[in-house]
Amino acid sequence: MIDMLETRAIGASLERMDGKLKVMGTAPYAFEHRLERPAYLHPVQATIARGRIRKIDTAAAESVEGVIAVITHETAARLASDENKELWVLQSDEVHFRGQFVAAVIAETPESARHAADLVRVEYQPAPHDVSFRADRKDLYAPKAVNAGYPTDTDHGDAETAFEAAEVKVDSTYTTPMEHNSPMEPHTTVALWEPPKLTLFDSTQSVHSVRATVAKTLGLEVEQVRVVSPYVGGGFGSKGEPHAHNILAALAALRAPGLAVKLALTRQQMFCLAGYRTPTIQRFRLGATRDGRLTSIIHDVVELTSRFREFAEQTAVPTRLMYASPNRRTRHRLAALDLPKPSWMRAPGETPGMFAGEVAMDELAVACGLDPVELRVRNEPECDPESGKRWGNRHLVECLREGARRFDWSRRDPKPRQRAEGHWLVGTGVASSTYPRYVLMGSRATIRVGEDGRYTVLIGAADLGTGTWTALAQIAADALECPVEAVGLEIGDTDLPNATVAGGSSGISSWGWAIVAAARELRRLHGSRPPMGAEASAQTPKPADDDKLAQHSFGAQFAEVRVNAETGEVRLSRMLGVFSAGRIINPRLARSQFIGGMTMGLSMALHEESVVEERFGHVVNHDFAGYHIACNADVANLDAVWLDEVDDRSTPMGSRGIGEIGIVGAAAAIANAVYHATGRRVRDLPITPDKLMT
Amino acid sequence: MTPFSYERASDAGSAVARVTANPRAAFLGGGTNLVDHMRLGVAHPELLVDVTRLPFSRIESLSDGRIRIGAGVRNSDLAADRIIRGRYRVLSQALLAGASGQLRNLATTGGNLLQRTRCAYFQDVTTPCNKRNPGSGCSAVEGHNRDHAILGASEHCVAVHPSDMAVALAALDATVVVLGPQGERRIPVVDFHRLPEDAPERDTVLEHGELIVAVELPALPVAAHSVYYKVRDRASYAFALVSVAAALEVSNGRVRDVRIAFGGIAHKPWRALRAEASLRGAPATEESYGRAAEAELADAKPLKHNGFKIPLARNTLRMVLRHLTPGAQR
Repeated sequence: MIDMLETRAIGASLERMDGKLKVMGTAPYAFEHRLERPAYLHPVQATIARGRIRKIDTAAAESVEGVIAVITHETAARLASDENKELWVLQSDEVHFRGQFVAAVIAETPESARHAADLVRVEYQPAPHDVSFRADRKDLYAPKAVNAGYPTDTDHGDAETAFEAAEVKVDSTYTTPMEHNSPMEPHTTVALWEPPKLTLFDSTQSVHSVRATVAKTLGLEVEQVRVVSPYVGGGFGSKGEPHAHNILAALAALRAPGLAVKLALTRQQMFCLAGYRTPTIQRFRLGATRDGRLTSIIHDVVELTSRFREFAEQTAVPTRLMYASPNRRTRHRLAALDLPKPSWMRAPGETPGMFAGEVAMDELAVACGLDPVELRVRNEPECDPESGKRWGNRHLVECLREGARRFDWSRRDPKPRQRAEGHWLVGTGVASSTYPRYVLMGSRATIRVGEDGRYTVLIGAADLGTGTWTALAQIAADALECPVEAVGLEIGDTDLPNATVAGGSSGISSWGWAIVAAARELRRLHGSRPPMGAEASAQTPKPADDDKLAQHSFGAQFAEVRVNAETGEVRLSRMLGVFSAGRIINPRLARSQFIGGMTMGLSMALHEESVVEERFGHVVNHDFAGYHIACNADVANLDAVWLDEVDDRSTPMGSRGIGEIGIVGAAAAIANAVYHATGRRVRDLPITPDKLMT
Repeated sequence: MTPFSYERASDAGSAVARVTANPRAAFLGGGTNLVDHMRLGVAHPELLVDVTRLPFSRIESLSDGRIRIGAGVRNSDLAADRIIRGRYRVLSQALLAGASGQLRNLATTGGNLLQRTRCAYFQDVTTPCNKRNPGSGCSAVEGHNRDHAILGASEHCVAVHPSDMAVALAALDATVVVLGPQGERRIPVVDFHRLPEDAPERDTVLEHGELIVAVELPALPVAAHSVYYKVRDRASYAFALVSVAAALEVSNGRVRDVRIAFGGIAHKPWRALRAEASLRGAPATEESYGRAAEAELADAKPLKHNGFKIPLARNTLRMVLRHLTPGAQR
């Protein structure tokens, strides 16, 4: 049993503590730290997708006024570890993907750096490249495991035979495109080498993992590297691990000691250097009885990885737990291509996987003549279907029912293409959401007692714009039994105690628990009125029941769309998410997270698609004119609510994490609504007007 | 970005003289397109002559009922102008359908006409493009061409013109007033932009050094009953897949006057003269509208990814005309 925290500040809708600084523009993002002697770095990128560099001519670039140095694979410092090939920057003549760094210019102004970078002449020995993502490739392979350590394949019962024998069948293929995270703040690193210390002002979801990785790659001691990142303008997973630009900035700093070398990727560069979500081709088969009881679930996923380093998205993993069925089979297969490495993007695995699964469930509901909410309720599993573990707190059915009630679902005519307003067809759809509850091991918090009952709480956590500054202060206040105003929080710096990544919706759970543990340690050492100067530290403890329980958050999303029957334009008119995510630390911030996730799901459903050019090997639409993300006008009446819930099996705060679940299922709910509006089933995202044109 | 010098023009004549004298000089208006291109390496002017302080920022009603719009009038101001909103509704709507509020606050009337294509290959200097680098080939013909032209394209270029404003101006029979070294000349908007043919590097008929000083709108009664509809991939801030600017006057159930132009389907704003001819005098019915659309789109040639634009253009035109028909359900 977890020793639960008594809550007072937790649950309050406090405003963001950093809100005023951000509105005033005084919260320093990575590029904006005021540093003496800045220099600017502009990369040169490969214009072939595979091959070797034959020759680099830097003479013209070096003659540009203000240029300090040009670094290439021939002149850059040697790195110590090639364990992570993505970070093996400027170390060889090999080109693995179009857009890879092949040189960089350090200059006194950003303009001269960019101009000089244009003047670097690179001769290549191109090799044939292959970026063709198809399910019928002969060289698809099964990775040893998929991300987060999940098995690549699972088999329970005899899914094929059961599917063939099923009274009702759905057999559909769903495709999701390559998508780019595209946070507002570009990936940025400012590197300062003052031997023997390297300081990085970075935009990252984890200062400590950037430090560890950069130190190892460069062959420095961890203590020689400091990473500072107090404010982050969004990451969505793309800043969850260091990328090549971190190393490029460090290499430039080594070449120009004493200068603060600033590198901010351009938006175009982010489309090949900051990660992306793999496209997927998913064949989903459902077999059921006539009354909608599942007898077989088969989910076959094809996705891609870069050839030079494997990344295996866990797309079929949610299929293993969503619904009861005696027979189940899941598969992941990878195409290794000459592309940049895919990376984390909000709810990796769940997001594409639940699009396919939840549209398939809608198709099954239609095939059985059942209400799609009722179909899901009928297939609610008593325990985690594959592991047999007890549920920690599974409230999917409550979310579906609460959503149906609020959305006035009972008045829905299940037949498609029944409602119109002028030439706008109207329809509604539903889908389930889920996301695992993660608590990561390794965070440590230190609490110091100050004057007048004030406390300083130190932990190297990250705030991606999500509200960490505020939520952790609320947790600390309750842990210390003091007002929030008495807590002075410090985060975003490796000079602070170790913190795990802001990823997997684990941040507040993991860091918050470390803070609670440190407060308890402080009281154990110094009593209920610790003296000024007293200090205590503690780590996130290992949750005792984790091996026995299947712990996940759940949700239900309801969408109403309008589809122009003449033009195929799809507009979301109404959307509601109901979530079960444990206790909500701060409703104001949580609502913003849920709605943000749903908006990203809307964007996935209707807009986002990175188009890979097979001849050249790059993303053609690599800017915000070409890569569409939902804008304000697309986001209509969008609301999120949650079940009143305290999860005493998850964390002492009763919370489970909320950063990702909002996007999961959102695209499926919208796609299902488009079907209901038009009678047309679009299984290929995004649902753009051309796909609804006749 | 290549280093450049910057000058602020004091009068139009000397601005024209400065740019005429230097083949690598360019006029700078709002800069919302040119400055992007300089950053991307698409444009390399060595001299920018800023014309935004010249006295071309007024909207005037001329005595014969025409309207003269200074080339420096910002898109936001033009869209909000009372006369434009009342008498040339389609123009105001087209302006507001373009770009974002911030961009419209900077972008000028002259600059909007001179926007270059947003073809992704044109804007990426690492890929071949005949418009950017004549003779290098067109990457879009065999590449990703969902956004590209279905009418008037050539084997050398299949790009589309991105402007919304220009589509409305084409429908409204507007005239571009240009100052060159030899003095002023007047060019109908419909003749201002070129089809790509074998010289896609030339978007317009302007000669180097010629400066747009104004755009004139004729007194056009039908324009008061007009609309701009833009179909795009999201609700705002996206270039048109297809757009239609139309004005329609119906009397006794027959089309008395009509103006139609398409955006998003050609290298220039596409004035739909065939559709107009088919409609004049015809009954204002769904059937006539469909026939007009078919007439205009008869020569449409789809590429690999943009075939949807043909039914989309047809449907959008029909929808817009239906909307403009008196007594129609709105």
